[in-house]
Amino acid sequence: MVFKVEDLWVKVQGHDKYILKGVDLSIGKGEVHVLMGPNGSGKSTLLKTIIGMPQYKIARGTILFMGKEINNLQPYERAKMGIGIAFQSPPRIRVKTEYLIKLITTKFRTRLLPYEEYGISHLVSRDLYNGFSGGEMKRTEMYLTILQRPKLALLDEPDSGVDVDSLALIAKGIEQLMEEGASILLVTHLGYILKYLDVVTELHVMINGKIVYSGEPEKALDLILTHGYSYFVKGGD
Amino acid sequence: MDNKELKVDFSRYDYGEKEAIEEVEEIPSEYKEKAKEVGIEVDKGGGVYFQIDHNIIYQKLIERLRKKGIIIMSIGEALRRFAWAKKYYWRALSSRSDKVSKIAEGYRRNGYFIYVPPRLKLDEPIQTCLFIAKQNIAQPVHNLVIVGDGAEATLITGCTAITEEALHIGVSEFYIGNNAKLTFIMIHNWTPKVHVRPRTGVIVGKGGIFVNYYVNMRPGITLQTLPKAILHDGAKAYLTSIIKSGRKALVDVGGRIVFKGNDTRGEVITRSVVTDRSEVTMRGILETEGNVNARGHLECRGLLLSDNAKAIAIPQLEARGMRANLTHEAAIGKISEEELNYLMAKGFTEEEAVSIIVRGFLEAGVELLPENVREGVRLALDSMAKSL
Repeated sequence: MVFKVEDLWVKVQGHDKYILKGVDLSIGKGEVHVLMGPNGSGKSTLLKTIIGMPQYKIARGTILFMGKEINNLQPYERAKMGIGIAFQSPPRIRVKTEYLIKLITTKFRTRLLPYEEYGISHLVSRDLYNGFSGGEMKRTEMYLTILQRPKLALLDEPDSGVDVDSLALIAKGIEQLMEEGASILLVTHLGYILKYLDVVTELHVMINGKIVYSGEPEKALDLILTHGYSYFVKGGD
Repeated sequence: MDNKELKVDFSRYDYGEKEAIEEVEEIPSEYKEKAKEVGIEVDKGGGVYFQIDHNIIYQKLIERLRKKGIIIMSIGEALRRFAWAKKYYWRALSSRSDKVSKIAEGYRRNGYFIYVPPRLKLDEPIQTCLFIAKQNIAQPVHNLVIVGDGAEATLITGCTAITEEALHIGVSEFYIGNNAKLTFIMIHNWTPKVHVRPRTGVIVGKGGIFVNYYVNMRPGITLQTLPKAILHDGAKAYLTSIIKSGRKALVDVGGRIVFKGNDTRGEVITRSVVTDRSEVTMRGILETEGNVNARGHLECRGLLLSDNAKAIAIPQLEARGMRANLTHEAAIGKISEEELNYLMAKGFTEEEAVSIIVRGFLEAGVELLPENVREGVRLALDSMAKSL
């Protein structure tokens, strides 16, 4: 097992309410897991907790990566171990994109990937995410994640707010991660990206901080598209 | 000088006695290495002026450049040899404007004189180094640069010290002819008790361009400078100052552009990273002389890295008449948590993340510089972002 969370309870710093309320999830090597759910159900919180963003506080439960508990590791230690994250809305940073790309290849001792294949050639000389369109931002974030050669890739809504061309490029990126043997945890709100992906191991539905359904992707997607998430809230008829 | 904290007792320094030229065949390697930190590589390039304390120890002007009519020499020699050079002496600045200028006028010896003849487009940069090696010395230089009509040149001046305490006064006058261009890069790296007072006056002729790029890697105890560029019809000026200040340094920097002619453009950009108990004032003045068609922009940005550091932004716009369009933006703040967290999630330690953000912050105006000097400038910026 590459990755496992057990009974994970998480609060956001300064708030009393739990966002995650006992999440269990296991991902094997090379598996692709899709996590869906309504807005505010805790999908992004789960990814940010896994990478170790400081404002997400674990109250209970463990996160295991490559057989090791990583609850108390710094984000950069988790990244160095092989966890890569593509954020849903990364901040704009006053640093040249190409400069950061070079630093990442140095840090992870990886080779540069051709910009044109990811549709970012025209972006690398600009400040990171400064005036990028939705698609440009997601493509760049995907590129940076692949560049790390992660063992586990956390992809937070790479398909939201992007055009069809970007969607195809992002799907290609996910396929590349799969070919390289990475395990993937993909969060998607509407599931657009699933049309482009051949092999999905499992689809999970998260409602109100809990995974309420895990199963064969086509069937689950069919249920979501026909009945909406309310079907899962009710616990299924 | 309106800040009394910046006061200096000018009388306590050693001003030397007479003009001294003690040329050496080879600059000692420790000096060479130190000069390299401020962008000066004496073994490269065809034109070099190297002054240590009051002595000009090395001058180089290769035959190929000499034949083209370029002149590089000490200002003392130039004023003795060329009657026409005197016409430019104290024209862009007034020797009576302040104490510092009076001292330089009284000293009247060293500093560099550079002349680039009309229509000559010089690819390689001319390099000058003003170096302080002796304790308690005053180094009041007067530099004069004339770029003829239609000519283009790049000048790099590196200023540094290896002694603790000193006073550096640098009066610089730049005359840029019609349709001529001068790119002036100045890199400073000082020791903790050096007082630094550059005084820079620039006159840009019709259609001329002046690019001023000032990097201060480490100020001494005090620094005060406000270069002033006067623009004639169609001229442009870009004044960039990149400062990293620490310890207890008091810094007062920026730029001033006077739009004298029509169709003039100008930009003053100041970026300061302030650490420790240091205090940095960023000034910018854009002013029109009469009702001219001018466009100017001012930007002051400060990044505070300590609770005891202080940054002040003073942008000033003065438009006379309705034809000018002058704008400014100023911002002072700290490093954003969100940016830090993002970079840490990408595998960088907190220290590395801070350094990446600072490095990005310092990267302003480099794109205005010729390709062949950018690498040297970026090395200086890299080292500023690393030693936080």
